[in-house]
Amino acid sequence: MTESGRPLRAARLRFTGVFWRHRWAKALLLLAPPLLAFVLVYLAALAALFISSFWSVNPFTSEMTHVWNLDNYRQLWQGGAYHTIAYRTIGIAAAVTAADAILAFPLGYFMARIAGGRSRAFVFVAVLLPLWSSYLIRVYIWRLILDNDGVLNWTLRKVGLPAANIGYTNWAVWLIFTYIWLPFMILPVYGALERVPDSLLEASRDLGAGGWMTFRRVMLPLALPGLVAGSIFTFSLTLGDYITPLLAGGTSSQFIGNVVYDNINQGLTPFAAAFAAVPLAVMGAYLLIARRLGAFEAL
Amino acid sequence: MESRSTRVALAVWSALVVLFLWIPLALIMVYAFNSSNVESWPMPGFTTHWFHAAWTSEVRTALWLSVRVGLTATGIALVLGSMAAFAVARFRFFGRDAVSFLLVLPIALPGIVTGIALNSAFDVGKVALSTWTIVIGHATFCVVIVYNNVLARLRRSSPSLIEASQDLGADGWQTFRFVVWPVLSTALVAGGLLAFALSFDEVIVTTFTAGAQNTLPLLILGYIRLGQQLPVVNVIAFAMIVLTAIPVLLAQRLMRDTGVLRRGPAEVTEAVETAQIAAY
Repeated sequence: MTESGRPLRAARLRFTGVFWRHRWAKALLLLAPPLLAFVLVYLAALAALFISSFWSVNPFTSEMTHVWNLDNYRQLWQGGAYHTIAYRTIGIAAAVTAADAILAFPLGYFMARIAGGRSRAFVFVAVLLPLWSSYLIRVYIWRLILDNDGVLNWTLRKVGLPAANIGYTNWAVWLIFTYIWLPFMILPVYGALERVPDSLLEASRDLGAGGWMTFRRVMLPLALPGLVAGSIFTFSLTLGDYITPLLAGGTSSQFIGNVVYDNINQGLTPFAAAFAAVPLAVMGAYLLIARRLGAFEAL
Repeated sequence: MESRSTRVALAVWSALVVLFLWIPLALIMVYAFNSSNVESWPMPGFTTHWFHAAWTSEVRTALWLSVRVGLTATGIALVLGSMAAFAVARFRFFGRDAVSFLLVLPIALPGIVTGIALNSAFDVGKVALSTWTIVIGHATFCVVIVYNNVLARLRRSSPSLIEASQDLGADGWQTFRFVVWPVLSTALVAGGLLAFALSFDEVIVTTFTAGAQNTLPLLILGYIRLGQQLPVVNVIAFAMIVLTAIPVLLAQRLMRDTGVLRRGPAEVTEAVETAQIAAY
């Protein structure tokens, strides 16, 4: 330590000492900026949005009137079209989750318990890379594939099958969501299966259980949190999306998100806010159930 | 445990799923060489013409905006995210659970909710939409990514290391430089990389927080919706798939060198966590 370094070091030690003695000062100093920014920008915006769902827009002046009412929610409750859209959104989200679980579970099982080091690393990268590539690009390529002049119909024709023509339908929306969110299901399922200790499987076999029994009574219950964790991603991401239905859906593929988007663009924020509360409520209920199934430990 | 036929069946199923994931990506890379500007199959011929044609001023402007927004949002996230992670990991205070719950809201809630909330807040507050409103929108979820990554790392490292350093006479700066930083640096790099990648690809929040400006995803969205400039979209897709492959393969090499893929469950969990966060 040089002479000139001493006062500086002494000052630093004193400074350190202050925070060591007053730990709350350090905690406050660390927490205040991020929390303040978060509360001021994000939470304030969310709260304002929620409040505005109880207001309405004057149809003549397009001004928001700050009178408390439940008109937006009443309109949602009564409007048959909105029910159809909400059921479609939730139904496709559930179908996507089911398809992803069926595709992902055997793959996760293969990665965790059968593949050797090299092939496991290969599959891991093969799953990760699509996850990192652009969302829009992945929707777009399926649009080209499913188009009437696309690869799918061409392939079907080559093998002598009738054309599928599923471009711009709900089938297309379901297929594309299943494709895009699949890695989100694979990774937690693989993680959960990887953590199942071999000793439990040996114990099960020693106690006389066959392969199927061990799978059903030991493996599946231990893998369930991983499946539920994956389903949170696939379900919630589908529920809140509007880009895929917009780009690859047909006239009857509107999701809740599309209605919200259109209303915001027309300046009808209160109604958009009320409709956006629907996926929030569904997700809230879903997360509560997921927590009971132990999904958060598997995340 | 598994019989031979089960193992074969699982391997075949896995190969099919990997093909399902990869055939579309391979196809878009082939389409970049399509000689026609009608994107039907089979393609009439091959050309590399579009690779020059795609470098338009519109694309350059959008790319540059995306890079600036990504870097700024990531910078903000690195500072605020690690501060919050330190506070939550190292101190016990009233409302700590509430804070850690609130901080993950931006990725737990659907993007459209974040988007319309910020949009109407800017509207009410008479804030004109600009580059900065895009940055704010992106920073909200980037902060969460960094926060999660740093928090996970801090929880796995022992606070007694810091006490030991102080007992041995190190001041705050030295403790940070020689004890905290080595533990944290890779988590910050990983978190920063993920945050940038996420910001670079974000569409939904951006559609509500961008004014007349186009980020690269907004530009692509516009092209796809209107069915214009599709050859340009193909080339951008080609470039993006190749570019994203580099960091993933690098990370994979790093994980293999440190044995993440061979060692125990804890490392696997960390790798999976990182991968999942990447997804957002």
